[in-house]
Amino acid sequence: MTDKRNKALIEALLFASPRPIGIDVISEVTGMEPANIGDILRSLVEEYDSESRGFSLLEVAGGYQLRTRPDFADEVGALFLARARRRFSRSSLETLSIIAYRQPVLRSEIEKIRGVDSGGVLRTLLSHGMIRVLGRKEAPGRPILYGTTSEFLEYFSLRDLESLPTLQEVAELDTDDAIVNDEGDIENGHRDSGENNLYADESGGGEGEESATGLLDDD
Amino acid sequence: MFSWWFDLGPWTLDEQMTTETDHTNTEESTLALYRIEIDKFTGPLDLLLHLIKRDELDIYDIPIAEITRQYLEYLDIMREFNLEVASEFLVMASTLVYLKSRMLLPLDDEEEEEIETDPREELIRRLIEYQRYKTAAHDLNMRPQLGKDIFVRPELEDKAHPDDHFIEASLFQLMDAFARVLSEAEKRRPHEIIKDAFSIEDGVEHVWSAFENKKSMKFDELFTGSENRRKIVTIFLAILELMKRRQLMAVQQDHDGPLRLIVEPAEYSGRPPGE
Repeated sequence: MTDKRNKALIEALLFASPRPIGIDVISEVTGMEPANIGDILRSLVEEYDSESRGFSLLEVAGGYQLRTRPDFADEVGALFLARARRRFSRSSLETLSIIAYRQPVLRSEIEKIRGVDSGGVLRTLLSHGMIRVLGRKEAPGRPILYGTTSEFLEYFSLRDLESLPTLQEVAELDTDDAIVNDEGDIENGHRDSGENNLYADESGGGEGEESATGLLDDD
Repeated sequence: MFSWWFDLGPWTLDEQMTTETDHTNTEESTLALYRIEIDKFTGPLDLLLHLIKRDELDIYDIPIAEITRQYLEYLDIMREFNLEVASEFLVMASTLVYLKSRMLLPLDDEEEEEIETDPREELIRRLIEYQRYKTAAHDLNMRPQLGKDIFVRPELEDKAHPDDHFIEASLFQLMDAFARVLSEAEKRRPHEIIKDAFSIEDGVEHVWSAFENKKSMKFDELFTGSENRRKIVTIFLAILELMKRRQLMAVQQDHDGPLRLIVEPAEYSGRPPGE
């Protein structure tokens, strides 16, 4: 099999697969060497980026997946009947962040950080499949431990938990919070189509001391 | 325009985004308070951070008296607008008042020697910790989100082999499915008094006879024809019992998909119970 054909083959698999597909699966299906597959995938990532295609190849949730670019959110979104118009509430996002960075974590720990009751938010996040019960802590009352799911990784285009941006130390309190108007459009946020910002998951910059590598692996 | 619509499956969200409006003019602080969407603070810490940021206070050296005044003023406004003030806001109010008293009143000489720490320290620590996650939450939200900003090939419903690819349903899915069945039945319930007893073993029998030789069934199908609430509950208990005995397994194809029950799935063999 020529290199060109191998590349096309992998492309076909990526195109057809509705979920992120890992190197191991590709290897199993094609019989190709994982190292070779990895090289081809990396070259595909670059290729799609450099040629301003309508989609990019992203590493999410431990696999690779073709995803449309956010530039075309409106038009592509029009294809889908039930496109999400609104987003998570701030309460949900705060809770989700706490769980993402501190898992496994107890409800009481979450509530201690947020300073408010979080039962309703937890239930919502559970029902959306963003978080799950990891188990119970061996302590009086055997309280429930929470963690994030692979759906969470897929939803935010994260490769793995280690790709979460480093938690910032609070140097100043002027986080540039975005203003969202009634249409749900960001007026001054950072969200843009540039891959550099959003897809560079490697926690390069940041003044934070605490890194996300202390997290448990998501099985 | 299009003759088909794709089903997005689990990626539909129906929660509101709440926002922070920008306030930089501290001279109009009272007026500014009125302009805020009053119900949008997620908690007392959120409110405090807002006040600190708005008035450009030093978080490491919070002017307690001033911030307490503003905080209490804010609670008044909330009540003015007939908004429910969550108890946590009140707890924080009393904490602030207490801190204020600690800062104002001189301590006895004895106490002063023992207590070297700034009484505000705990609050500051909490605020800083909370701010970290608030920022993280904001950054997370800035990412493109699946189903809203970026899209992928939708799942195909695999009609040929419905049981080949599934995930084990969680307790919540099971409870939700049962609640749905129950409320459906409530609507159709005739007004009768049912006399016969229906035990769990009867329920087990009902389940097995519904299955016949089938290997799997839709959860809802086990309840068709049963309108008696007690019978429905008992059937559900029977299902749970069979799941406990590891003779049945509750599964779904994807997170929001319909629940199915599988007979003696291979996954259970060799697995220790309670796993």
